[in-house]
Amino acid sequence: MAEISPASVPDRPRLPGWRGIVADWSSDQRAFKSASWKKAMMWIFLLSDTFIFSCFLIAYMTARSSTTVPWPNPSEVFGLEVFGTELPLLLIAIMTFVLISSSGTMALAVNYGYRRDRVTTARLMLATAALGATFVGMQAFEWTKLIREGVRPWGNPWGAEQFGATFFMITGFHGTHVTIGVIFLLIIARKVLRGDFDTGRAGYFTSRRGGYENVEVMGLYWHFVDLVWVFIFAFFYLW
Amino acid sequence: MAELTAHGPAHPEPHAARAAAAVHEQGQHHPLKVYFIVWGWLFVLSACSYMVDYVGLQGYLRWSLLLLFMLLKAGLIVAVFMHMVWERRALAYAILVPMFAVIVFVGIMAVESDYTSAIRTEYFGVAK
Repeated sequence: MAEISPASVPDRPRLPGWRGIVADWSSDQRAFKSASWKKAMMWIFLLSDTFIFSCFLIAYMTARSSTTVPWPNPSEVFGLEVFGTELPLLLIAIMTFVLISSSGTMALAVNYGYRRDRVTTARLMLATAALGATFVGMQAFEWTKLIREGVRPWGNPWGAEQFGATFFMITGFHGTHVTIGVIFLLIIARKVLRGDFDTGRAGYFTSRRGGYENVEVMGLYWHFVDLVWVFIFAFFYLW
Repeated sequence: MAELTAHGPAHPEPHAARAAAAVHEQGQHHPLKVYFIVWGWLFVLSACSYMVDYVGLQGYLRWSLLLLFMLLKAGLIVAVFMHMVWERRALAYAILVPMFAVIVFVGIMAVESDYTSAIRTEYFGVAK
């Protein structure tokens, strides 16, 4: 089937407020006038992913607030001893800053992509991937430490048994997202570096021409991973 | 009807499509300064949430500060890094309005877990 070209449907001018939303949604063919199909689909995927993470966090809330056994104090559990002093949540704080830094480099990569600065875009994406990999590495370290201390999905030495189950489920699912993000960052960075988006080279699986918008769509996913961490950081580690 | 046949999928216009794609690619051009400012704020807000724990605030003050910093960070990421403020409202509402379902779910499960907790205390005593 031939693609419905965006050009064949001229954008109507924006109406203010609700009238604009109703006009866009009730019009022919496209509800999302300025967003391409790939951007719209990424947003819709992220919405569904939000629901998955929400379900995990809500399950955690339910478990924590319904147990009669005291919840382990995350401030102490995730503390790290550095040069003899116990620092609460040190590793988690560093992980947070690493992930925020990676979000920043990704945002810059999107910007340089639209300027068609191939090399800078690829470099920034590789930096993002490196920071993401660092994050996953630190998470592996954290998991190892807790497992050595006796945390299991069915129990732990400090309190409510549900602690381990929710911890491994939530951070594991988030870590998986980061890992997948790193892999895709490397794939797209390679395409950018090779000039696929300048020469219009067809994608291997899709046989479609990509554009620098692919970098932005990749960025949406990456910022989402950072966004989820914001909620995990607040609700699981600090609450 | 005439418009439909002229612009339907059976008659793609490659030149126009390519031109439109090129126009679209010029979208989301914003000065770097905006990103650096947001980046800085994300660092500051994260440090603030960490300080809440480090200083050891407890109770409602702790929870409300954590929620405040969390929502500000989430807002900045979605609005600027994910370009939501520059998208059309139809997209923004389609993505953001369903979040209220999550809030309702949180409410339902908060009530439910309160009930479970009460039953557990009632029948099993406080501790194991």
